[in-house]
Amino acid sequence: MKNLLEHTGIEPGRLHFSWISSAESTKFVDVVKKITEEVKALAETKKYVKTSTQG
Amino acid sequence: MTAYTDKIRQIASKLLTEGKVDMVIGFRKGSIPMMNQPLFIKTPGEAQELIWDSHCALNLANYVTNRKEKIGIVAKGCDSRNLVTHIIENKITREQLHIIGVPCTGMVDRHKVSAMIEAEITAIEESGDSIKISGNGFSKELKKTEVLQENCAGCTHRNPVIYDELVGELVPEQSGVDPYASVREVESMSPEEKWNYFEDLISNCIRCYACRNACPLCYCPTCFVDESRPQWVGKSQDPTDVRTFHLLRAYHCAGRCSDCGACERACPMGIKVREFTKKLNKDCLELYGWEAGLTVDARPALDTFKADDPQDFIK
Repeated sequence: MKNLLEHTGIEPGRLHFSWISSAESTKFVDVVKKITEEVKALAETKKYVKTSTQG
Repeated sequence: MTAYTDKIRQIASKLLTEGKVDMVIGFRKGSIPMMNQPLFIKTPGEAQELIWDSHCALNLANYVTNRKEKIGIVAKGCDSRNLVTHIIENKITREQLHIIGVPCTGMVDRHKVSAMIEAEITAIEESGDSIKISGNGFSKELKKTEVLQENCAGCTHRNPVIYDELVGELVPEQSGVDPYASVREVESMSPEEKWNYFEDLISNCIRCYACRNACPLCYCPTCFVDESRPQWVGKSQDPTDVRTFHLLRAYHCAGRCSDCGACERACPMGIKVREFTKKLNKDCLELYGWEAGLTVDARPALDTFKADDPQDFIK
């Protein structure tokens, strides 16, 4: 899924996958921090943003 | 390839006369050039309507989904791979099928031929490797290899992978062709260029869903695009909705697509919709060594789990 989205123009670093057990609270915090940083660095996306109100 | 016609008629007639099948699915000549139609026959007399030429590009596996009868079906390489996929996915049983295998040398790209001529093409004839198109006041001879569908030009499974009888000698498989050349080209682009490439590619999509309808893989009772509770994707012409449709259509074909090209052929706007599915085919091959529909004895890539499956995308 990541491959095709990136193949069609989504920037690497925009989409993240992770597997976190409910017992792994610290991993959850680390992952969220890392994702937030990486996505912030890419700036606001114009892709997959629907501007029209139809449909 | 036109010599196959007699053999197909003969086999179909025999199967129906002997009662081995209840129905034969093949092609008949279409009402306009290059547009052959699927034909379902139930009596030996109708077998004379069956034909074979380089315009039988629809995928007949599309018509056996959930059928209860015994069916004789004409199948070229890609059709046979989709029959295998149908069998794996329990959409038909092997015992119900009598597969009339057709070794194939490729189908003619109707979009390409139409684009070459401004006037209306009213007739098309072929003999061997040459194709003669004609219309009001013109006639032109073409080489079949010049106007092959893109997926046929890069095809490495021209012979049926599963069959009960053949209509002719097996043809040599092509080597040295790269089915994924255009995927590689896109892969080398920057994210921005990729985005714009696909934006341009699907810009004239009218959301008619002909690509979906022509596809043998798309047999859900209710397609995600037609559902309204929940509504998975907007039904408008907004570029985001159009792109979402194409993306999801492709994902639903992941690890199942034989690259038969029926979607692209069916598209009234000439959109290269295979650019989406081809990337997934390439990934399946590179990540899992999987090509769809080659054997009924293996489970598809997205249907199994192996300990050594690539998983470095999960952090």
